[in-house]
Amino acid sequence: MSAHGAAAEQLDRFSVSPRRRRTDTIARGAILAATILALIPLALIIYYLLRKGLGAWSPSFFTTDPTGNTFFKSSSIGGIKSAILGTIEIVALASVIAIPIGIGVAVWLTEYGKSSWFAQAVRFFVDVLTGVPSIVFGLFVYIVLVVGTGSSYAGYKGSLALSLLMLPVVIRSAEVVLLLIPDALRESALALGAPRWRVIFSIVLPTALPGMVTGVLLAIARAAGETAPLLFTAAATLKTNFNLGQFMNSLPVQIYSDVTSPTTAVVDRAWGAALTLVVMILLLNLIARLISRRSRLA
Amino acid sequence: MEAASIPSGDRGLLARSPLARVPDRALKYGLTTLAALILALIVYFFIRLVGEARPAFAKEGVLGFTFDNDWNVSAEQFGALPLVVGTLITSALALLIGVPVAVATAVYATELCPVRLRSPLTMLVELLAAVPSVVYGLWGIFFLAPKLQPAEQWVADRLSFVPFIGGGLVTIPNYFITGLVLAIMILPIVSAISREVMATVPADHKEAALGLGATRWEMIRVAVLPYCRSGIVGGAMLGLGRAIGETIAVTILIGDAPQLGGHLFGQGYSLAAVIANEFGEAQGLHRSALFAAGLVLFVLTLLVNAIARLLVVRAARSGRSQPRAGGESATSARLPAAGLTADAAAGA
Repeated sequence: MSAHGAAAEQLDRFSVSPRRRRTDTIARGAILAATILALIPLALIIYYLLRKGLGAWSPSFFTTDPTGNTFFKSSSIGGIKSAILGTIEIVALASVIAIPIGIGVAVWLTEYGKSSWFAQAVRFFVDVLTGVPSIVFGLFVYIVLVVGTGSSYAGYKGSLALSLLMLPVVIRSAEVVLLLIPDALRESALALGAPRWRVIFSIVLPTALPGMVTGVLLAIARAAGETAPLLFTAAATLKTNFNLGQFMNSLPVQIYSDVTSPTTAVVDRAWGAALTLVVMILLLNLIARLISRRSRLA
Repeated sequence: MEAASIPSGDRGLLARSPLARVPDRALKYGLTTLAALILALIVYFFIRLVGEARPAFAKEGVLGFTFDNDWNVSAEQFGALPLVVGTLITSALALLIGVPVAVATAVYATELCPVRLRSPLTMLVELLAAVPSVVYGLWGIFFLAPKLQPAEQWVADRLSFVPFIGGGLVTIPNYFITGLVLAIMILPIVSAISREVMATVPADHKEAALGLGATRWEMIRVAVLPYCRSGIVGGAMLGLGRAIGETIAVTILIGDAPQLGGHLFGQGYSLAAVIANEFGEAQGLHRSALFAAGLVLFVLTLLVNAIARLLVVRAARSGRSQPRAGGESATSARLPAAGLTADAAAGA
């Protein structure tokens, strides 16, 4: 529009009418505005997490257990040591369960099941698992391991609930990576006389490893932030506990129980714990992203 | 590979000894069993859940449980309609607010954004998925809800003539705040799937539109959006499944009023929230009713997710049938992954 040369005037009859131009500008403006709108909550959440969370952080915050003593002065409420350690223990056990099984199923899907009806059924059920609300996983584990065995809550029951949640993420992400491995690689190994199991363990899995690590880390990050499956499986407690057979505290459950407190100091502890949890999850995400950028597959 | 066609006893020179074939067999059947176990596990869970929910269904009837408007724990009356409606209101709000923003973000990232900004923008939107659900709840109840309360009250007062929206007194935990936070939570997954689907639009279509003199927006409207419609709807349905099943953030934000909420800015309850809130103290029939609520939730998300997957898969298929440079199989392989990457780290 800004050009006023003779050539531009000649071109004028090909140019876009002002009305269409205005519509275009408005629509593009609206799309940009919506995109910025989408980023505002992120900025606000990060800002408040840092402002409130850093205020709660102190060396003793990470080295003391919560005391449950919430009616006196703020210094006596304790920190989140048991919650941090509990989250690490529960998620570690969940990973130990979910990762081998998940990768095993993914290998079966790509190497053996392929597109048979049975493999399609497995894929469908894995997708079903993806959509199951996390609290329902908590109910499942509660029915089977708490009602079923007549025993009480325990850390390992929480791990099982989380591993159910991780399974579909691990399976589908590993399957995607395994599918990207060229068949020529498998065929060359087979042609050299390698048995199938050696092809899988020496060729397929090592090639897919970096890509699978990404999916696994994302699954761990997802499990670490879950509250609902832990409420009726691992419960909440105050003490640091290294026995997965007993009640175990965790960061999300600690935050959830602190949110409902009327005491400001306890809510501040929730902010500190939330910042800790988000930093842990972001680190996992960051590592996953770096690895996926490094690897040629995925 | 399989040497089954070679008669045993008269092994060919190249065939492996039966002993050497053992690890192969073991691996194959071991993995097959593992895959079958997953199927068995889900079926087993479903049967057990139905079993535990049975007393509540026996007393109220399946339809009575789902559609009676009477959730009264002390009177042992369990009609879950207020919970179902609460779940539907908040999820619908989440879609209403979240999907347009998510699609706009995807359009901006794939069509309008300077190339250099594309991946940082995508990463920022996906960061929203890394924030755990309980942190959304914490932020929503202590920051967003108090900050927005005056604005909500203003809207409620101005629109007092509109039945459901206006009139009442705005409480801090309410349907609207819950829907708004859910919208933020489903944004990454809807946006990721929309982006993946938009990436499958053939460049030919876009160039043809531009070549005919379309402006950028007209190109998006005639070439990109219609092509992606079923994929976007599928992404939105996945978001809906997420919103329906979301527990902790909703529990913190919706309040705990087990009756049909009078208005948009009043307290309510949802299926997932009632389980999280009441399960700890529940006994007998009450506990069974909560299992039944879980079952209703399970079936609801199952239906929504099945429809969503169908739509996304169909969108991927239609993308594949178009001749397109750059590997069709990569597209179809990436599509389910897109959802999962966005899923990952999204707390519930």
